[in-house]
This record gives sequence, structure tokens and C-alpha cells, in this order.
Amino acid sequence: MTQSQATFIVNLYHKAGKLVVYIFLGLFAFITIFPFVWSAILATHDRSTMFARGISFALGDKIAQNYSNLLELMDFWTGMLNSLSISVIGTSFSLIFCSMAGYALATYKFKGRNAIFGVMVGSMMIPPILTLIPYYMVISTLGLANTHLAVWLPFTINPFGIFLIRQYVVASVPKDILEASKLDGASEWRTYWQIVLPLLRPGLATLAIVQFVFLWNNFLNPLVVLNSPEKMVITQMLRGVQGVPNTPWGAVMLGTTISILPLIAIYMTASKQMISGLTSGAVK
Amino acid sequence: MNSETVISQAPVSAPAQKAEQRNHFKEKFTPYGFLMPYFIIYGVFGIFPVFFMIYLSFHLWNPVEGLGSMEFVGLENYVLGLTDPTLWQTMWNTLVMAILSGVPQHLFALPLAYFLVMLGSRARHWLTTAYFLPYITSTVAVSMIFYVMYSKDSGIFNAVLLYLSEAPLTAWILSGIKESLPLGWVQENSLIRYSVSFVVWWKYVGFNTVIYTAGLATISQDLYEAAKIDGANNWQRFRHVSLPLLQPFIFFGVTLTIIGNMNLFDEPFVLTVGGQFAQTNGKTISNYLYQVAWQWLDMGSAAAISWILFVVIGIFTAIYFYLFGRKGLGGE
Repeated sequence: MTQSQATFIVNLYHKAGKLVVYIFLGLFAFITIFPFVWSAILATHDRSTMFARGISFALGDKIAQNYSNLLELMDFWTGMLNSLSISVIGTSFSLIFCSMAGYALATYKFKGRNAIFGVMVGSMMIPPILTLIPYYMVISTLGLANTHLAVWLPFTINPFGIFLIRQYVVASVPKDILEASKLDGASEWRTYWQIVLPLLRPGLATLAIVQFVFLWNNFLNPLVVLNSPEKMVITQMLRGVQGVPNTPWGAVMLGTTISILPLIAIYMTASKQMISGLTSGAVK
Repeated sequence: MNSETVISQAPVSAPAQKAEQRNHFKEKFTPYGFLMPYFIIYGVFGIFPVFFMIYLSFHLWNPVEGLGSMEFVGLENYVLGLTDPTLWQTMWNTLVMAILSGVPQHLFALPLAYFLVMLGSRARHWLTTAYFLPYITSTVAVSMIFYVMYSKDSGIFNAVLLYLSEAPLTAWILSGIKESLPLGWVQENSLIRYSVSFVVWWKYVGFNTVIYTAGLATISQDLYEAAKIDGANNWQRFRHVSLPLLQPFIFFGVTLTIIGNMNLFDEPFVLTVGGQFAQTNGKTISNYLYQVAWQWLDMGSAAAISWILFVVIGIFTAIYFYLFGRKGLGGE
């Protein structure tokens, strides 16, 4: 075997290895994307064309009919609006509450600080399902059953968010600035609101992503507290049509596709930030 | 500097002293002020309910009839819970689905991440974006899509299997199951765990891949170079350089998977149409808890089940951290 033959074989071996890697990565990308594409395709078909199709990627022409079926089936846009308002309001309040708590834990030395830390870590360990019954009891005792408040308020004090903000305060708010602001006669609240918050923007953006995705996708909590159709969120409404006899699946797939579009749209413009935000608990 | 000393030496006047006191007061209570929303919300939704749940677990309570309908039954709820075969069955189901979806998640995520970091940044970015997409999509939407794909008469899974069972090249592989096609992916007790686990696997592989990609990025290139010089091949470099150094990330990823799987609710709930299909094998603890509390309206038993779960999960968590925690956190 000559030298060139040997290099050729080694090269071939490397190329084959690379090919296997590409096939593996590509195949997995296909598996990931396929259900989304499939639901979008099904959204253009109705029952008759869906059943008769076998395997075909052709688009149907029933999208308008599916849309009107969808609106008959559920109050689709009410559900979308409810989800949106819960997510926006809940995210805004959690940014304020978590940053207040995180700021206090980072800048002040006070009695009970370690105890609060301990309780927060402890509460992160408890699986949410165990707190579902007490959550429901408190909600109904306070008369908050069937209100949107019940679906976002308890989640505005995310311990993970408080830790995240605390880290950001320690890392990016210099003590000198706080001192200077106080010497200038600014109140504690004003220092926090006008000096600290603007400095925390990247941290707040991360937390906003985490909270918004959680609130938009939440299903279990709305399921147990929201029971009148005009209050229901979109996840609940979509699930609800499973019980309808002869479900018009084309219409349901259209609704499902539309309901995931807002997050996908945000994701497409800011995927890097969203990925790093949603994995920040794990990676940092 | 000079002026400061002057001030501190000057006799303190009465109003100044008062202001000082007020300042001291403010200093002391400001942090609690900032923490007030946390205290209130956590107190109301976090601490109070735990105690209330202890109380409730000794009672019979139908939430529809209001708080007045509570009736003391002593330990009955606990006895019922501990002797309830469905509770242990659903715990077993949860465990099986956790393993069926959790183990392959990490077995796929590790090589995916390892291959991803070999690529150029552009290809890596696009592939990561694709892999992570299921994680941001709502579980209900995803489960609805899979529910349609699993459909017995018109689902794509059955359509593909039917096609393959008739195609000349692949027919012999599928000849064993040809009789039973189309399969009831979500209707059959024997299949439901696999169907649910597949959806869970599909949704979270990307998340784990991102964690491992970040982990691999922390490993210095010099180590790989050194291993290469020592004659280590690709597999050996993965096995002896990457894997040991990824340990904290694996520990973290697996912990998140376990926590997530203990709470598994949405996927089985949607795929079994709220527990109508495949009742025996497809129901997780969470699904059962929901059924007891909101469909059978027996909050007392549900509270007792929650406490039983709390103890079981506590024991398993302790064992897990005892076995893997020290190693996982890098020997600290």
C-alpha cells in the first residue's frame, strides 16, 4: 500500500465518520421539527381529506372552513387574550417582586436573611404537584376561584427568579453607586427604582422569558381554578375539544398551530437569549 | 475627611438625634419592606396551606359544599391511601415512564451535544434552535399534535407502519405485528407508557442537549489536544475526557429530569383524553391526585395522598443525593 492510498483510506474513514454525524444531527432535527410541520399541514385539511390521505405532505384547501369551525368550537380569541393578559401581567409583577426580594437579599445585612435563603432553597425542592391541593384550597378560601389573579399571583415570587436577580445585583450593581445615591438624598425605594432596576436589565430579560413561557404554557393551575368558558386560557380550551364527538381535527390543529405561533415568533427573533435564559438555572 | 471628623465631634442636637433614630429604624426595616411581597405571597400560598393540608388530611371534605362540610375522620384517609392499589399502581406508572423517557433523553442529548460542538458556529446555532423548539412549546399543544399523530384510523404513525408492512423491503420486519395494525397507541394499556414517554423524550432532549453543549464549552481544548497526542481516538476522548468533566452537568440534568418526571401531568392527561383511555397503565401520580380531588371531590384523601407522596419522594430524593450528590457536585 502506498502512502497516498493510506491517506485516501484515512480520509475516507474521516469523511464517513463525518457523514454519520451529519445524518444523526439532521435526522434528529427532522424528528424535532416534523410534528410542527405536520400540525400546520393538517390545519389545511378536514376530516374527509385527512382520513383518505395516507402519507402525503400536500396542503389542503380547507383552511378557511377550519377557521370558522374553530370559532364555532371554542371562543378561540378569548382564550388567546386570556393567556396573553395572564402572561403579561404575571410576568410584570414577578419582575417587580423578584427584583425587590433579590435586591434586598443582595445589598442588606439583616436578621433572618439566612433563614429566608433556607426556606427558598427548600421550597424549590418541593415538587409543585404536592402543593396543588393547598393551592386550590387557599384560592377557594380567598374567593379567588375562577379569577385570573389565581393563575398568576402565586407564581410572581419564583425563588429561582429571586436568586437570579440576587446574582445580578451582586455582579453588576456597584456598592458605590448605591452609596452615592443615598448621599444625594434619594430614598431607598427611589434608589431601587431609578438606579438599580435599569442596571438589572439583562437579568430582568432572562427572568421575563422564564416567567412568560411558564405562564403561557401553564395548564394544570388554570385547569383546577378556571371553570367558566370566558375565563379559560387557550391550553384549557384546546384540551377541552377532545371530548367533542366527531372532533373536527383540522380545526383543532389550526387552533393548536396558531396558539404556539406567538412563542415561536418571539423565539425566532431572540432564540439565543431564550435558550440561555431558560437554561440559566442549569448552566450558571 | 476633615469635615466628617468635625461633624462627629460636634454635640448632637435633639432633632438630629431623632433623625438619626429614624434613619436607624429605616435602615433596619428597609430590607423587610423590599421582601414584603415575598413574605405575603409565600405566607399565603406557601406556608399556610401546608399546615392547612395537615389539618385537611384528617377530614372528609367535598369542596363543592364549602368549608362547613368538613368532617373529622381521623387517620382514615391515610389508611385508605396506603391500602389503595391504584396509588401504588400510579406511582409505578410514573416511575416506569420516568425511566422510559428520562434515560433515552440523556443517552441522546450527550452525543448530540458532543457532535454539535464539533460543528461551525452557524450550523450549531441553527440546529440548537431547532432542537430547543419543543421545550418552549406548551405541553398541551404538543400533546394534542401527538394525539392526532397517534390516532388509530388516520394517524401518521399507523399510516407509516401500514405502508412499511406492505412495502416489499420492510414487510418481513413488520410481519409479526401486521395482524394487529392499526395500533391503538393511546388506547391500549400495553402501549400507552411508550406513547407518553416518546412525547416526553421528544420535548426535553433539546433542553438537555443545550445543557451539555454548555458543559462541553467549559472543557479546555488543551485537554483534547493532549489526549490526541497520547493517541486517544474520538471515542476515547469522549469517554475519558468529556464524560468525567461533564459529571456536574449530568447530575444537574438528571436531577431536573427526575423532578420534571415526578410532576408528569399534561402529556398523559391529554393523550389519555383526561384518563378515559388506558386507565391502568397511563395514569401518573399527578393524574390520580387530580382525579381524587377534582373528579371524585375527595379533598381529604387527596391531601393524605399528597403527604404519602411527600414522604416517598423525600426518601427517594435522599437516597439519590446520598448515592450521587457528592460525586455529581464534583466531590465537594
